[in-house]
Amino acid sequence: MTIERHNYDVLIIGAGGAGLRAAVEAREAGLRVAIICKSLFGKAHTVMAEGGAAASMGNVNDNDNWMVHFRDTMRGGKFLNHYRMAELHAKEAPDRIWELEVWGALFDRTKEGKISQRNFGGHEYPRLAHVGDRTGLELIRTMQQRIVALQQQDGRDFGDMECNIKVFAELTIIDILKENGKVSGAYGYWRETGAEVLFEAPAVVIATGGVGKTFKITSNSWEGTGDGHALALKAGANLVDMEFLQFHPTGMVWPPSVRGILVTESVRGEGGVLTNNVGERFMFKYIPEVFKKMYADNEEEADRWYEDQDNNRRPPELLPRDEVARAINTEVKAGRGTEHGGVFLDVSKRLSAEVIKKRLPSMWHQFYELAGVDITKEPMEVGPTCHYVMGGVEVEPDTAAAVGVPGLFAAGEVAGGMHGSNRLGGNSLTDLLVFGRRAGAAAAQYVKNSGKNPVSEAAITAAAAKIQAPFDREGGENSYSLHAELQEITHNLVGIIRTGAELQSAIEKIADIRKRSANVSVSGGRKFNPGFHLAFDLDNMLLVAESTAKSAIAREESRGGHTRDDFPGMNNKWRQVNHISSFDGTKVNVREQVLPMLPKELFDLFDVHELEKYMTPEEIAKGGSN
Amino acid sequence: MARKLNLRIWRGDSDSGELKDVQVEVNEGEVVLDVIHRVQATQMGDLAVRWNCKAGKCGSCSMEINGKPRLACMTQVASYPEGETITVTPLRAFPVIKDLVTDVSFNYKKAMEIPAYAPPADLAPGDARMQQVDVERSQEFRKCIECFLCQDVCHVVRDHEENKKSFAGPRFFIRIAELDMHPLDILKNRKKTAQEEHGLGMCNITKCCTEVCPEHIRITDNAIIPMKERVVDIKYDPARWLGSKIRKREGL
Amino acid sequence: MSGVFSPTRAKIKERTLRTDKWWLQPLITFGVLFSFIIYATFRAFENAYYFTEPLISPFYSPCLSEACVEGSTIAGFTPVSAQVLNFALSPALIILIFPLGFRMTCYYYRKAYYRAFWLSPPACAVAEPHEKYTGETRAPLILQNAHRWFFYAGLVFNVFLTYDAIISFKNPEGQWGHASVGSLVLLLSSTLLWFYSLSCHTCRHTVGGRLKHFSKHPVRYKLWTWVSILNHKHQQFAWYSLAAVAFADIYVREVATGAWTNFYFF
Repeated sequence: MTIERHNYDVLIIGAGGAGLRAAVEAREAGLRVAIICKSLFGKAHTVMAEGGAAASMGNVNDNDNWMVHFRDTMRGGKFLNHYRMAELHAKEAPDRIWELEVWGALFDRTKEGKISQRNFGGHEYPRLAHVGDRTGLELIRTMQQRIVALQQQDGRDFGDMECNIKVFAELTIIDILKENGKVSGAYGYWRETGAEVLFEAPAVVIATGGVGKTFKITSNSWEGTGDGHALALKAGANLVDMEFLQFHPTGMVWPPSVRGILVTESVRGEGGVLTNNVGERFMFKYIPEVFKKMYADNEEEADRWYEDQDNNRRPPELLPRDEVARAINTEVKAGRGTEHGGVFLDVSKRLSAEVIKKRLPSMWHQFYELAGVDITKEPMEVGPTCHYVMGGVEVEPDTAAAVGVPGLFAAGEVAGGMHGSNRLGGNSLTDLLVFGRRAGAAAAQYVKNSGKNPVSEAAITAAAAKIQAPFDREGGENSYSLHAELQEITHNLVGIIRTGAELQSAIEKIADIRKRSANVSVSGGRKFNPGFHLAFDLDNMLLVAESTAKSAIAREESRGGHTRDDFPGMNNKWRQVNHISSFDGTKVNVREQVLPMLPKELFDLFDVHELEKYMTPEEIAKGGSN
Repeated sequence: MARKLNLRIWRGDSDSGELKDVQVEVNEGEVVLDVIHRVQATQMGDLAVRWNCKAGKCGSCSMEINGKPRLACMTQVASYPEGETITVTPLRAFPVIKDLVTDVSFNYKKAMEIPAYAPPADLAPGDARMQQVDVERSQEFRKCIECFLCQDVCHVVRDHEENKKSFAGPRFFIRIAELDMHPLDILKNRKKTAQEEHGLGMCNITKCCTEVCPEHIRITDNAIIPMKERVVDIKYDPARWLGSKIRKREGL
Repeated sequence: MSGVFSPTRAKIKERTLRTDKWWLQPLITFGVLFSFIIYATFRAFENAYYFTEPLISPFYSPCLSEACVEGSTIAGFTPVSAQVLNFALSPALIILIFPLGFRMTCYYYRKAYYRAFWLSPPACAVAEPHEKYTGETRAPLILQNAHRWFFYAGLVFNVFLTYDAIISFKNPEGQWGHASVGSLVLLLSSTLLWFYSLSCHTCRHTVGGRLKHFSKHPVRYKLWTWVSILNHKHQQFAWYSLAAVAFADIYVREVATGAWTNFYFF
């Protein structure tokens, strides 16, 4: 069998914000670039980002600068961020936004005609460049059009628009190939035909985004199956801190047409009330001691707060995200949830239909259009939804090079370290741009220094065998049902609130599914066969789930996007620890690694008293790493 | 609250195909994409369908439902009378690949033919100053999620395959309008090429593109007709042509 | 085989799978427009019953010919000799060219009659019957680009019809300060014609749409926003004004023939 072969300098896997930004950079460095997308060009999950892109341009408040942004990012991540990534991100974000404008992006404007910036949780100043609530779409489209502009340039210069940069849409990569310990290319198949494709390229940038589909309730699209995490693991790279996942406490759990979609916090802010299946407004039972002074302990006072905020305490529905999530989780596990595993969030009792439509227009519209749910008349069924993974491929901050695999790079959500234990809203879009560009530039530099690295026939044969395998088995497991089982396990046992015992049971169950997944068989032919596609996605999700569960059981504290019911507090000892996942061919192994200490100039940006909350006295005494 | 729904799904490829009847469970509040997924998971494991975000934001699940181009994730099953059979087919303006999936590469080719944004050469990053009122028209067109429903419904190419080579389609007319109205774009001949190369004159403004747009972009009124008027300014209006020779007018 | 039956497309034998009454809208459009054309043609050739003090039919206004009936001219201004009119048969024929041209090239009516009369397409996602299609790229349809000239002419006509409406606030003896059903009918039709003209896409383009930088032209931007609001309703104004003009003519005719009496409020 002859297979389709392509030869490029840099191969980019993933056509979201990070992948496209990397492609532009590598192409502008004079190299030939291939972009792989799993779906159509321009459909990446980046389009879902609504809030904006955080960059300290200071257009709205000129007190803002990179140092303030850096501080906010480190606080948000509870100081588990790789300081250097947070530093580069804060310093370079404004340039990345301005550059988009030169490529045709049209952000909302201030009166002076500059890019407007809005406030967002965790950011000290108005900082998010935005276009209504479709900033992610603007970002994707701008870069998509930038790539077309470069292609048109090539068309004029060389007579072939696709000679230097080409998009391969609806193609899945199943393996990154290596020769002599270095990246040599990648192997995959066209989703449309099932035909196999070999890419020879000495540098590969992984920019595949998140892992949400590992979980039952998620805001992620079908593409968020952790492909890049798994490709990197299998290629010998490490994942860092996979226990940190951002869950939103109120995602829709029912009806299925909107399952996972976020219900913004403002629904609770406008008077949305959480109740369980016996109609009890349960949040009053879950006010922690430290919040007792700020939150009302009875319904009368809570109700009064909406009218008079000076003389009453806040309703407990407005407790921090993790408290709300924990309460919902406890109610559901105690059997007081709805039949679909959530609780009720009702805004219709307090506010009139008119007021709801005026104050929450996009929420009302979204649920009415997508699910026929009229939130002015009926309660919503909500529960925690998986939104973003902070953990990811361990990289060198300056180059986005994957640690341990020469020629492999990772940027965007698939890379770890930047956001520590919790990501601030708005930081992901600029993360894509800053590190997408760095990955593209570093990959180009790497190729210029190291040259070609041909793929061997043995590597091709091994990869090809994997693709054929599920067709050769008969009467094996169904990939759809295994996926559903995995999602059930992660949702129940590795979800937003975790315990050691549950994690242990999850690890065993995931291992069992992994065993059974080796026996997946596929019906139908190779041509655009979703069952066949899912078989490969499933492998990736299993690796991710294993890595997450094993990292989570090792971290005996609660911090950011990792909450252990059996270890409720944050522990400064654990702040110095990253969990590194690696793959030995049969299972994921997790080990501890010491997080690099802030250098003095960054250390000095903080008030020592603030740092005392996160660092041990010895660390404080050192005052930074040099 | 589950009930049974009669669904007819077109199954086949570029050689042959037919509408297949299936019965599938449907729950309250579900959209057509949900029931297609249920068919896929329980009855037709290899049923091909494109989708991504399932929230009406990516424009992947374009298909024709009871003959109308729609996003399957934005089409409530309950919007059809109970008991009625719902027919689902692939887009009929593009070559079919398999089942509900079509080859939409026509659109990506056209995207490459539209001259890119051209800011002044000396525009440095961070220096751009634009007023909100000046960007709003173009911003409307940038809401486009590229579902290509407008391209599918447009009879110029839907009913006349041979026009595909000379007609860019509504999606790219809004792209041209976006750039022509962009306050910093300085490329001179967008109107002329819109008419002479991208087939603006082929459009007979029958507005089906506007009718199917899930983003409610007023494609015809806000992009195509203004572009047609701009073309008249430079090509068919002797008074304005003369004016443009005498003094440089804005907008020309 | 072409169009949806092209070899590469999904093999579906139906021209459309739409299950709604997609044929209803074009059918109604066809019926209404066709009736109007028949009636307008009949009236244009009738060359009578278009004036009864103080009402003149919009089909015959401004009456600029020596052949116009007494009192229907504007202060006796008749630059068009009766000889010319002998060729043209009726003053209405010359007048109607302009409003007809305005409506024929109107961006809304084009949609309506391309669908209803030419079935190109009959409705969205319903295959059209034509083998070839070139749109508005060649003669005669390239003349649609002359819409703005008809728009300018339409404005002039609106001025005349408004004048007609104002002078209709007289009694049959020519004294001011009276109002009849007829004056309201003429007022309504001329007002709706203004709304129809001002909501037009060419108007929107002319007042500000052609600008690149609204911020540099605040007044024109304001005008453009107002016209844009009207433009949303252009379709409605197109139908309402058509109906009002037709009714105004019917009303004047019936009063002129003596079938109806023009009721005076005061």
